[in-house]
Amino acid sequence: MDFINKNLPYLLAGISVGGQYALIAIGYTMVYGILRLINFAHGDIFTVAALVLVYSSTIMPLYLSIPLTLIATVILGLLVERVAYKPLRNAPRMSVMISAIGVSYLLQNLALYITGGLAQTYPSIPFISNSIKIGPATTKMVTVVTPILTIILVFVLMQLINHTKIGMAMRAVANDFETSRLMGIKVDNVISMTFVIGSFLAAVGSLLYFTNYASVVPTSGAMPGLKAFVAAVFGGIGSIPGAVIGAFIIGICENIIKGLGWTTFSDAFTFALLIVVLIVKPTGLFGEKATDKV
Amino acid sequence: MSKKKNTIISALLLLALLAVIMVLERTLPPTHIALTVLKKGCIYSLVAVSMNLLNGFTGLFSLGQAGFMLIGAYTYAVLTIPVADRASVYQYFHGGVIQFSVPFFVGLLAAGVVSAIFAWLIGLPVLRLKSDYLAIATLGFAEIIRAFFQWDVLGPITNGSNMLRKYPSFTSVSFPFIVCGLCIAVMVLVINSSYGRAFKAIRDDEIAAEAMGINLAKHKQMAFCISSFFAGVGGGLLAMYQSSIQSMTFKSSMTYEILLIVVIGGLGSVTGSCIASFLFIACSEWWLRFLDVETYIGDFKVPFLRAGFRKVVFSVIIMAIVLFARKGIMGDREFSVEGVCRFFKNLGKGKKKKEAKE
Repeated sequence: MDFINKNLPYLLAGISVGGQYALIAIGYTMVYGILRLINFAHGDIFTVAALVLVYSSTIMPLYLSIPLTLIATVILGLLVERVAYKPLRNAPRMSVMISAIGVSYLLQNLALYITGGLAQTYPSIPFISNSIKIGPATTKMVTVVTPILTIILVFVLMQLINHTKIGMAMRAVANDFETSRLMGIKVDNVISMTFVIGSFLAAVGSLLYFTNYASVVPTSGAMPGLKAFVAAVFGGIGSIPGAVIGAFIIGICENIIKGLGWTTFSDAFTFALLIVVLIVKPTGLFGEKATDKV
Repeated sequence: MSKKKNTIISALLLLALLAVIMVLERTLPPTHIALTVLKKGCIYSLVAVSMNLLNGFTGLFSLGQAGFMLIGAYTYAVLTIPVADRASVYQYFHGGVIQFSVPFFVGLLAAGVVSAIFAWLIGLPVLRLKSDYLAIATLGFAEIIRAFFQWDVLGPITNGSNMLRKYPSFTSVSFPFIVCGLCIAVMVLVINSSYGRAFKAIRDDEIAAEAMGINLAKHKQMAFCISSFFAGVGGGLLAMYQSSIQSMTFKSSMTYEILLIVVIGGLGSVTGSCIASFLFIACSEWWLRFLDVETYIGDFKVPFLRAGFRKVVFSVIIMAIVLFARKGIMGDREFSVEGVCRFFKNLGKGKKKKEAKE
């Protein structure tokens, strides 16, 4: 019992962070499934969402600024796709990845310019930043809300993908780009839809993630972004349930490692896991069989 | 022009460049920004060429360069801090465990060797991966290396997350130029050797290369180690230039910067990488500085100009190059006197043609 009491806060934090990583990881895994592109800018879109909320909440009430944040993030995601990825659709994969790195560099510098390099205080969102007691541990409401919200969103998303026309188109494009174009699917619209969904979930993830932190800096999205990518690879890139489960595992493991007093290595653990997964089981937990990874 | 004549002209050009640098060094005040640009630019050229060897010539998309630079910088610093100063540098770790120091050139060589050894170890598992997976895995390793160097338990060697300083550094501009020039020359020799041709074959088609009897694993491993060796030397030089180092500075954004330099210069062009590094450093440190200063023309305040705007403009330019000039400055060609002559000739011809049409 003593063991549980001591480790419960870390476990709870892990589940909460895992849910937030899951929301980001879905964006990575969907884009990769369709475009075969690691969207390096996704982590920075996540940061921008946080900054939009910071700035908009100073001039309008939260019930307006939260929807605004969601909309602005979605527009940003669409814009990035249209400007930076669409012109390179027939270019080699390396060029697209370099373009993604370029976008990430641009967004970080833009954020640096707008914030002036100062940490911005994140507004506390009522209800989810209230504290509650779970057993012996005191934590924020967000810890409980995150996993529930994540599961609901993933459920809705799975329904969308499995039972609607656009979902069917997405699956078709992910399966075979060229053929689905021949079958009359508007591939560009499908890709845009993917970025809309990915950015929307990243914005929700950012609302939840930064509630646990006091402030936002331009680079604070980079690490969660990379970790969410690892989660996507771990779960099997292209698979949404895989990404979610991978994210929860990574979030929990990372916080347990912090609990053991190895904070320096909590980031390194994630990457070590990535390398082990890529070498031992490159298709991940639920990934389809593909031969071009190794 | 014959090949021999070309080589002679190139060598003469390089000597002239060195002479110009030495003259600049004598005439400009020692704090002039141009000298900073030259010093930093040539260190970045070395690192960019080493990355190009891997990404442009061997086709291995690796993002671990910052990690290898970190290893190089730390190896250099740890080995060369004078024994007398160790107590003050390692004040939290009782003077550290290493109680000897080596001359700076041994330190630089060791920087390269240690990072090549690390590269060999990392390469064993990682080089089996392809394209973007290799990129992510090397990026991951760079982060792991950074975590290790910040670890308290290794503090007596690496000074934990504290700074390393008081090691020998340089003030002259010609020193980094000569060292970087030598290193780049060695890399050019490698690229033009039979190994270099094997690297290019692997880049163009792995299966065909294997069918021609090239040992893929061996050659990839070799390219990875050579590239990391020079990245390590580059890291050592960067440590000398900065005169104090901290593992926090070697983040993945550093790798991205170097990658962007390589892309701007052209994947697969050594001279392209060098030109791009000097342009990159000159733009970010010098020519675009005015964008960071609030400027008034009369009473009118020029909009947008304040700290950080330089980097925004700069990244927009980079994005434009990535999107619209995908081949970069040089493409996969090399700078040569002959090429320049041909370029101007073609330019003349183009004009004549236009005139003829009109």
